Order: sequence, then C-alpha cells, then structure tokens
Amino acid sequence: MSYTTAAVLGAAAAVLVDVVLLRTRLILRGVWWVTYALVLCFQLISNGILAGRGVVRYDPAAIIGIRVAYAPVEDLLFGFALVLTTLSVWVWLGRRDRAPR
Amino acid sequence: MIQFTYLAVLFGCLAAALWLEPVLKVGVLRRRRRLLFTLGVVAAGFLVWDVAAVAVGHWSYDPRQIIGVWLPGSLPLEEVLFFLVIPTCTILGFEAVRRVLRWPAGDESGNGEER
Repeated sequence: MSYTTAAVLGAAAAVLVDVVLLRTRLILRGVWWVTYALVLCFQLISNGILAGRGVVRYDPAAIIGIRVAYAPVEDLLFGFALVLTTLSVWVWLGRRDRAPR
Repeated sequence: MIQFTYLAVLFGCLAAALWLEPVLKVGVLRRRRRLLFTLGVVAAGFLVWDVAAVAVGHWSYDPRQIIGVWLPGSLPLEEVLFFLVIPTCTILGFEAVRRVLRWPAGDESGNGEER
C-alpha cells in the first residue's frame, strides 16, 4: 500500500470515527471547520519546516508527487485524520462526563 | 545544533498554543484525565500507522536532525512527542475557537466543567 492510499483510508476512517463510531459529528459543525482551518495554517508551517529541511524524508515511490509547502499532499490527509480523531475523542469524552448516571 | 531541528519545531508548536490556557482560560490542561485519555487513544492509534509506514519505507527520519533517542518500532523520540504535542495544541485551539465564537460543539451542558 502506498502512503497515498493509506492517507485516503486514514482520513476516511477518521470521518467514520466522528460520524458513526463516536457520533460526535464534528464535521457538520462550524466550530470544527474554523479550528481545522487554524490548525491547517500551523501544519503548513511546521510540516513545511520538517519536510523542507528533510527532517522527514518521503519515498518518492510511495507518494503521488504533489507537494504543498514542501510536504507531500498526503500529509494534509494525515493531518486531517489526526486532528479530527483527536477532537472527536475529546468531545466524546466531554459528552460522557455529562451523561446522567 | 542541527540535531535539535525536530525538537525545536515541536517546541514552536507548543509555544504557539500553550498561551491559550492562561490567557483565554480554555481549561484544557486542567481537565487532565480527559486530556490524557484523548492523548493515549490518539497517540496509540497513530503510532501504529507510523511504525507501519516506517517499516514499509513510506518515510524515514534524518538521523542528523534528531537528538538520537530511538524507541521501539524505529521511531525517534521526537516522533512520539509529536503525537502528544500536536493533539494537545489542536485541543487548545479548538477550545479557544469555541470560547471566542461561542459556537456549540456538542458536549455543552448547563453546569459542565467549563466554569
């Protein structure tokens, strides 16, 4: 499996976690998209440094070859999956804390 | 100094987000159990992906730009810290956004921990 395929599957899995598994449905909320836009700006900077300076090196055979701010476009999907999963779990736990016992 | 490159990026991310805790009083670090549980689940899942990706060669790390502490799965220490730092910064940003915009996220209630 290429990184491209893994990244697409990872992003899809994160959406499934959010919508189906934990039912937090953040991707339907404005607060998620504003947060994601903000985090994305910082990802382009930090990941741009890591990829641009070669701290992390990617196998050209594993990626499609499109780069955004020095990093493979696949990293955007990886970041999307990481951020969505994080916030879905965080909000899910916040709900559980409030559930009547 | 070049061996601190990756570590410096992580510190930069923390510096960009940690001030939200005292200034906007988002209360993320204060909700320790919820934060630690989230970090544990997310880091565990993504480290599996990371170890697998390194094993099949999707990406690798420049040994000159990391401090040189290697963990099981051929991961540099920085990479494990990445999955603690980035989710923490993400949650800080999320709580700051909802505090400023006052938009719901689905876990609100009248008398929650937000006080």
